[in-house]
Formats: sequence, structure tokens, C-alpha cells
Amino acid sequence: MIRKILSSEKIIEINSLTKDFKKLRAVNNLNLSVYKGDVFGFLGPNGAGKSTTIRMLLSLVRQTSGTINLFGKPLDSDRKNILSRIGAIVEKPDFYGYLTAYKNLEILGKLSGKEITQKQIMQILELVGLDNRFDSKVKTFSHGMKQRLGLAQSLLHDPELIILDEPTTGLDPQGMKEIRDLILHLSKEKEKTIFLSSHILHEVELVANRMIIINKGTTKVEGNVKDLLDAKKLKVTFEIDDEQKVKDLILNSGWKDKFEMNTKTVFVFSLEGEEVPQLNKYLVENNISVSAVIPKRSLEDYFLKITDEAK
Amino acid sequence: MLTLIQIELYKIFRKWRTYIGFIAIGVLVPLIHLAFLLTGESTIDFMTRNIQQSFIFVGNLLNGYFVSYLILNSITVHIPFLIALVAGDLLAGEATAGTYRMIITRPVTRTQIIISKFIAGIIYTNLLIIWLALISLVVGVLIFGTGELLVSSSHAIIIFERTDILWRFFIAYGFAVLGMSVVCSLAFLFSSLVENAIGPIVSTMAIIIIFIVISAINIDFFQSIKPYLFTEYILSWRLIFDDPVDLTELLKAVAILLAHIVFFFSLTLFLFKRKDILS
Repeated sequence: MIRKILSSEKIIEINSLTKDFKKLRAVNNLNLSVYKGDVFGFLGPNGAGKSTTIRMLLSLVRQTSGTINLFGKPLDSDRKNILSRIGAIVEKPDFYGYLTAYKNLEILGKLSGKEITQKQIMQILELVGLDNRFDSKVKTFSHGMKQRLGLAQSLLHDPELIILDEPTTGLDPQGMKEIRDLILHLSKEKEKTIFLSSHILHEVELVANRMIIINKGTTKVEGNVKDLLDAKKLKVTFEIDDEQKVKDLILNSGWKDKFEMNTKTVFVFSLEGEEVPQLNKYLVENNISVSAVIPKRSLEDYFLKITDEAK
Repeated sequence: MLTLIQIELYKIFRKWRTYIGFIAIGVLVPLIHLAFLLTGESTIDFMTRNIQQSFIFVGNLLNGYFVSYLILNSITVHIPFLIALVAGDLLAGEATAGTYRMIITRPVTRTQIIISKFIAGIIYTNLLIIWLALISLVVGVLIFGTGELLVSSSHAIIIFERTDILWRFFIAYGFAVLGMSVVCSLAFLFSSLVENAIGPIVSTMAIIIIFIVISAINIDFFQSIKPYLFTEYILSWRLIFDDPVDLTELLKAVAILLAHIVFFFSLTLFLFKRKDILS
């Protein structure tokens, strides 16, 4: 689902943000802006610096340098007011296991500084599908249920900005879909601004309108999801049986500029969507046997590459 | 702030470990009462052995006041453990459970969090000492009755009239609260440094035991540092059971204990406000 930017009002503005943990630089000169109404995808492989950035956004961790403005105000100077307008899940949600789901939400509601009624708590629990377990102690909950409760606590005080750090981790496919649907509902119907951290490109693609990819604490790619994941720009792998014959053919044809690299019988081309069948036809007409054609969007390819490097 | 303190107290009293202290006192003190019922006379004999030839003791010396006085002496080691059990968990428990993130990302300042948790810890300390007073003094008086209080100090044996005792106990228990609040604030400080409640409990007890041992060893060097150890002042409630009461020494002990509480609390606040929450 692709959405357009709704506003030019900046909800999050990060400038030259850096965080050092002793010798390790977790976030390095990061800049980003999130606008009102955005579903902003914050992508990166594990260890890229996403959670550290989120912790800085929520004042859990103090930045080494750089500035964070939320709702147009510096986080350092107006922290209390800013946090009253934010709901968040930071990594895996943890609760007081010896208390019930309802009591946990009641405590967190009181801490949010707003009057949260019993009815509101039950409505939120119903929204995340935990209303039938409101009286159960959280220590009896599965990871998925805790994740839902985490989402519930982030929405409890009706915040304008919702920061979700890997909200679908540990959920089954149905649970993941429900979270995605909820994000879209909150964005479309409730006009919330959502900052969604994930290490799964496809997850961000389904809900976000803007995104950034970071790696090793540094911005790698930033822009509109629609532009960045343009289906027309593809890296296409052709599996062909005769390496030398294909090389001779391609290098002496108009496809030369589209050719990127090959390893034995695997040839990679950078193509526009409609060029894929044209190249396939050209090869077949020149008696080349094509056993497979695998298209990949260039950003997807790039993201997979940095994810593999991180492993 | 009141809401925050209520929340902290609610959390404290929903944990099983909180009741260990109350149960321990509720079991231990009646056991001491029973022991005194069976063999208490020999304790009195032992205390008065040296002066029995010069004086004749009449009346009920083995009474509730006497038993409570002896029980109050236990607060140096036993009660600190029960205090550290809860105070050491106040911040470290949040780190262990991962709930720091939940509370710090709410619109409350870190100072508010520290103050509310500290006050809740001090309230727990108060309640535990009140429980000790109830069990040892009230139950002691019910079992053994009242009478004169026989107190043995290093230089004399003092006998207080029954009308001159209760106010001393009130102040002594108040002093005990102050002394145990130092233990509470020390455990609270350690609790802010680590992510597991075992560390603060063990560290607090280790410091108390080391200080007590240093105080007990009669070496010049140790004796010279003795005045700087807070454990030295925790038992200063004994000054109240002297005649006359050395008010200067008593107030000095109060000031030193208060200074320790302020120092430990301020250091906790300073460190916690700068702490990166990574748990």
C-alpha cells in the first residue's frame, strides 16, 4: 500500500545524530525527517543502529552529538510534553509479569498523565484482541500476546506519533497481517504519524509511504517508497547455458549497456520492466537456451546485500 | 508525584519478596519470645551475676520491654538484609523485567521516577520497623507483661522505671527507621547501577558486614576509620537507653545518618539521570 505525503509539518527532525558506546559508533551523523501523516519505514539490518536511534528519540539514551526535534521542539528542552504525544514499542515489549494485562495498562495509563477510563482500557485490549485475557497475568502470555499488549500500551493515551520498533517480531503470518492492517487503520482513519522500524523490506513496502535505509549507523538510501521500489527498475538474472556465445552476442549488440556482470552461466542485466521479454526473445531468436529469468528490484537487491553483510 | 508513589507502593506490595521481611519478623520474633519464656530467667541471671551479691532484684525483670530491647539489637545485620531485599530490587527489578523502557518513555521525569521509588522504599522500611515494633513490643508486653527495664552497658547496669520506658522505645524505633533508611538508600544506589537485584542485595550486605568487622577489630588503624563508618551510628539508638541521654552524641548520629541518606540518594539521582537505558 503506497500513500502520499500528507503534510509538510515535520513531526520528527533528526540532524547530524551520533551515538558512541565507548569505541563503538552505533549511529553516525544520521539525518532524517518525518512529516505529519507519514508512515515512515526505518529500515536496516540487525545492528544497523535502528534501536539506538529510537532509544535516542525516546530519551532512553543520550546522544553523543546532534539534535532531535519532535513536534518542532527540541527533545532535550521539552521532553515531558513531547513524550505525552508519543506512543512507542521499543524492541520486545516487557511488562510487569506478576500483574494482569489490565493492571499493566492502568499503571502505564496513569503514567501517561491522561485520564484513561476502564472502558478505554478494555477498548484498546479489544482492538489488539486481548480483551478475553484482560485478567490474566502477563507472565502467562506468549511472545505474540506481549507484542499485542505492547501495541495496546503504545496506543493507550491516543498519541499523535507512534514509534514501533520491529512490531511484528515473533508473530505468525496472521498476526503480522493484523499488525499491518492496524498500522494502515491508524494512519488512514486516525491520521496518526507512524515511525516503523523493521529489518524486513517487504513489511515496510506494504505500509509505508516514505523510508530510509541505514547501515552501520549511516543513511544509505532515503526517499518515497514508491520511487525507491519502482517495479520498472529491475536487476534481472538470466540463467543461460553457453557463456562465451552469450558474451559475444551481448557485447556486440544494443544490450551491451544493460549488461552488468556474469558468473559462468548466470548473467545479470539492469533492465526496465518491458525490456525483460524483449531480451529474452532476442536470446532465444539467437539460439540461446534460457533456463531461468529472475527479476529483482535494485533496492531489494541492495538491501539483501547489506543484510547479508551484517550477518 | 502522589500517583507515582502509589504506583510504586502497589508494585512493591504485589511482589512476593516484599512479604519475606514481614514473614521473617513474624516468625523469628515469636520464636525469640518462646525462647525467653523457656530460658529467659537465665539471661537475667547472667546479666546480673556480678552484682547479685550486692543487690537484691525484685519485680518482673523478664518483661516485654526487656525482650524488645534485646530484639532491637538485631537490627544491625538481620533487618538490613530484609530492607536490601526490596530496596535492591526497586530499580534493578525494572531493568531485569525490561520495564524501564515502558516507564521512562512516559511523560515523567527521571527525577520523579527516582524520588517516587525512593519514597516507596522508605515507606516499606518504615512499615517493616513498625511491624517489628508491634511484634516485639506489643506482643512482648502481652506475653511477658510490663516492668522495669534492665539495661547493661559497658560501664553500668541501668534500671529504668516502667513509666520512663515507652518514650525511649518510640525514639529508638524512630532511630531504627533512620538507620535502616541509610541501608535502604545504599541498596537503592547499587540498584541503579546494575540490571539484576541480586547484586545490590549482596553488595549492601557485604558493605555492612565489612564495616561491622572493621569496627569490631581492635587495631589502631581500624579504630581510626571507625567514626567514618555509618554502621557505627546505626546502633546509636542505644544512647537513648542511657542515663542521662547524651543528646549531643545522639544528634550527631542523626546528622551523620541523614547525611548518608542524602549522599546516597543524590548520587543515585546523578547517575540515573545520565544512565543510558539499554536493558
